[in-house]
Amino acid sequence: MTARVGVVTFPGSLDDADAARAVRIAGAEPVRLWHGDPGLHGVDAVVLPGGFSYGDYLRCGAIARFAPVMETIVDAARGGLPVLGICNGFQILCEAHLLPGALTRNQHLHFRNRDQILRIEAVGTAWTNAFQPGQEVLVPVKNGEGCYVADPATLDRLEAEGRVVARYLGGNPNGSQRDIAAITNEAGNVVGIMPHPEHAVEALTGPSLDGLGFFTSVLKHLVGAPA
Amino acid sequence: MTTHPDPALRETPAVAPQAGPADDWARGVDTVPQAVDTPDELQPYAELGLRDDEYDRIRHILGRRPTQAELAMYSIMWSEHCSYKSSKVHLRQFGEKAPPSDRLLAGIGENAGVVRVSDELAVTFKVESHNHPSFVEPYQGAATGVGGIVRDILAMGARPVAVMDPLRFGAADHPDTARVLPGVVAGVGGYGNCLGLPNIGGEVVFDPCYQGNPLVNALCLGVLPVDRLQKKEAAGPGNVVVLMGAKTGRDGIGGVSVLASATFDEGSEQRRPSVQVGDPFMEKLLIEACLELYDAELVVGIQDLGGAGLTCALTETAASAGTGMRVWLERVPLREASMTPHEILASESQERMLLVVAPDKLEAVLKTAEKWGVWATAIGEVTAPSPDGQPGRLVITWRDQLVVDVPPGSLVDDGPVYARPMREPADLILLQADRAETLPRPSDPDALRETVLRMIASPNLADKTWVTEQYDRYVLGNTVLAQPEDSGVIRIDERTGLGVALSLDGNGRYARLDPYHGTKLALAEAYRNVAVTGATPIAVTNCLNFGSPEDPGVMWQFAEAVRGLADGCLELGIPVTGGNVSFYNQTGAAAIHPTPVVGVLGVLDNVADRVSMGFVPRPAGDHDQLFLLGETHVELSGSEWAWVTHEHLGGIPPQVDLGRERQLAELLAAAARVGHLSSAHDLSDGGLAQSLVESCLRRGVGARIAVPEQFAGGSMPFVFLFSESAGRVLVSVPRGHEKAFTALCAEHGVPWEPIGVTDPAGGALEVHGQFRIGLDELRAAHSETLPRLFSGAETAQVAVEATRTGTTTVLPATAEQPVDVDPEAVAAEPIARAGEAPVEVDDAAEPVEAPVEAEGVPAGSDDVATDAAPEAGPEGSASASGEPDQPAAPDQR
Repeated sequence: MTARVGVVTFPGSLDDADAARAVRIAGAEPVRLWHGDPGLHGVDAVVLPGGFSYGDYLRCGAIARFAPVMETIVDAARGGLPVLGICNGFQILCEAHLLPGALTRNQHLHFRNRDQILRIEAVGTAWTNAFQPGQEVLVPVKNGEGCYVADPATLDRLEAEGRVVARYLGGNPNGSQRDIAAITNEAGNVVGIMPHPEHAVEALTGPSLDGLGFFTSVLKHLVGAPA
Repeated sequence: MTTHPDPALRETPAVAPQAGPADDWARGVDTVPQAVDTPDELQPYAELGLRDDEYDRIRHILGRRPTQAELAMYSIMWSEHCSYKSSKVHLRQFGEKAPPSDRLLAGIGENAGVVRVSDELAVTFKVESHNHPSFVEPYQGAATGVGGIVRDILAMGARPVAVMDPLRFGAADHPDTARVLPGVVAGVGGYGNCLGLPNIGGEVVFDPCYQGNPLVNALCLGVLPVDRLQKKEAAGPGNVVVLMGAKTGRDGIGGVSVLASATFDEGSEQRRPSVQVGDPFMEKLLIEACLELYDAELVVGIQDLGGAGLTCALTETAASAGTGMRVWLERVPLREASMTPHEILASESQERMLLVVAPDKLEAVLKTAEKWGVWATAIGEVTAPSPDGQPGRLVITWRDQLVVDVPPGSLVDDGPVYARPMREPADLILLQADRAETLPRPSDPDALRETVLRMIASPNLADKTWVTEQYDRYVLGNTVLAQPEDSGVIRIDERTGLGVALSLDGNGRYARLDPYHGTKLALAEAYRNVAVTGATPIAVTNCLNFGSPEDPGVMWQFAEAVRGLADGCLELGIPVTGGNVSFYNQTGAAAIHPTPVVGVLGVLDNVADRVSMGFVPRPAGDHDQLFLLGETHVELSGSEWAWVTHEHLGGIPPQVDLGRERQLAELLAAAARVGHLSSAHDLSDGGLAQSLVESCLRRGVGARIAVPEQFAGGSMPFVFLFSESAGRVLVSVPRGHEKAFTALCAEHGVPWEPIGVTDPAGGALEVHGQFRIGLDELRAAHSETLPRLFSGAETAQVAVEATRTGTTTVLPATAEQPVDVDPEAVAAEPIARAGEAPVEVDDAAEPVEAPVEAEGVPAGSDDVATDAAPEAGPEGSASASGEPDQPAAPDQR
């Protein structure tokens, strides 16, 4: 049986087709989910893709968080459904309080798109179990509001609990605190990542194939998960 | 969400007309009966840019004086910008000299040219200017330039898949460039990124001639199934006319006639309200909604609203079908209820499309619009041509008063056409006699080394990453090559690997020295840039940026440039598919360099065969052989070297031989297909030295070069490295392929010269007997210039951001509730000064006394004194909607 991975389209989602492509290349079946439809259509995992949901007006992710599909996803995530939020998806996960902290405007105030080295620090999550601890990967980063911030106590707790999933290496592209690029929830099923692994899945169009590991991880996780 | 099409059931205006000036004016609206009754009433046609004879012609067409609304419509449709009245007589050559092509599905006269690239797929592409708005308000000017060209592409039935932006600014170190450039770049990025379109290339050029008149050109590429090509004809009497997208506001009123057709003087800041404000989120929804309508075959015709707004869309769709149209203007959803008929007709509010829909499909159209959260409103219907065979009439009422009754074709096709006087500029002979080949040149190794480092750090040759990393190049997942490569390459069919390559090039200095050959050189460079990727060039677009057509010298330059492009395309065997003319690019009496920007599109059967410009890393001991293709002559006039080191512009630009360019392109395509090429990089500005440095730095691979014998001694090594002779390419060839490759060169008649090897382990660029420069030193020189010049602007923005806290004007929006911002407020904000009360800024060239409400001017707007304001919002979006000054109009008829 092929795993079915849902990819949500909000109005203003931009990297949704790319996330679906990455799911397919990883060997799973992508299932397109619509923001106004609360049904998850039996998917085994969900990706919240990058983009500018609802124009990112008010605050990135602040409106998407109230979309009908998000109510279902929040409940399902609390029940263990693997959820990966990429870029705007990470912002939505923070707004939905599935992840702590917030993403704010890049410190240099510019949108920045570059190929970025990350160090994978937590390999116990549903989305990173295919990596080696400390593995360095190359994936594109592209955002205007990717500066991760949280209060010192939260940051310390994330570090202590091993919930910093990935850090920027070789230059912090947006001013994120403690170079944080990705974090997870306590259970390890929900991961938010600012860079774009779905754009590093084909030699022709990406800087590497390193992004594929995030999508194969969830397949591995689903196979190992109790039914 | 949507207004009911039945007039009996339509919504009454939410806001009743207010007492006061607006209402007085509304009661006094100029109607057709009134125009008949008062033939002698004085009308402000001169202020609207119409000449006496043009006004007389309108009266003759109508058989009476025009109403105010009609006068506004004629003035914008007959402006230079929409009517191409000065350029038409020259642009005909593109059609007359066009080489035969069986690929062209839509050409000049459409929103954009459409070219078939396989049995199933076609691509459409076009470049347009948004120069004047971008000087007035850099962020919104550039943003709406992207928005406008994207809608042109969308209107052809295509999904937009990439954008490119050729940008030209004044001197890099001029304080005003520090104002304009960061805003333009943020605007291009803010709009394109939020729309989800990869930015795959373009240009960033600095020259003092653009100081008061930067050039912001924008290209969009779209892909469509061949059978999804859309028409703009309002065919089928009884069909419903639907306006879809953003609400209509006062933004951009007068943009066409005021901004695009007048030169800048000291009062230009007063024109800020004429610049439109963009909402890329709305455009993204509009794209998805339109594509869904096309796929369900729900529309008969479609036209985007660009320059001249509703006026242009209504008249063009009707005129192209020969039908008439009946429009109820009060049904247009407004941002401001007090807008008058002529304001509604002239508004250039962004993110709107006009659809022609069969009555039984209307319900489905409105439903699709609702799904995507965009407004769609039935505003009229198509009417039959008159029984005597004459085309139908465009009849517009506003609150039951007849305000417009015109033959639509008279606005679109019957505008004035001028054969303007032309004269070669008097200074040209002297300029051409002042040759750069006579300037002192470096002739010893140390001087040459220093010249290399100085040249690669000069603003035009320096690394543009500071700009391009503000653009998303990955989104949509089909970007195979993007800047700094010679061309952008996009995969358009994931199944077969079919793709296209696109490059845009122009060189104002060459065109200044010789507009005919300078334009051919721009064409040759774009063509070569496409060819080096391995693609086969098939089609051309262009954006012709010139000074005032009323200056005979400028008109001569224009005519020569058009002649050069038409001749060049004939020689290369590829047609011009569309383009854009931008006149009046000048400050006072000083015109910009004539700047034709030429775009060439090529096809790659399989993008996996594409060739990059970067030298390839190899395992220890391995390397590639370097060849220089083409011939190098002593050609330094108009070169980047002459400008950077001597501030010299004179002489005759390099020779251009398009027959040889064609042979070179055929060689490159053949070599790429069989894997002879590890890399290929065009030689242009900065010559071989620049290409070597770029190819080395792309992937951090060094090279060892030997200067060929004929360039030994004196300043000849310098000529070898810095001459800008055309028709040359630097290639690296894997070991074992050299013989086959040179045999292929001989077969295609392309001269080649082995000039060295790549040096993957060496970490340096070495020119034997001359100099050795480490890659780190090259990289530092090449990459530090732009951040050094423009990082100051970042600091300024931080300060502005801080003062803005609490006074943000960025409003939340939901899909159900399109953003609604007073454009005057947004536009006026950046020019409000500390200590002044925020005053309402009226459009300086407002034709009639249109009362403008002061509502919505934020109380804290006097805190904001720089252009950073609009880009301080989330992802740089300043909300609200607006419109470009570009004509959706067919260009170059």
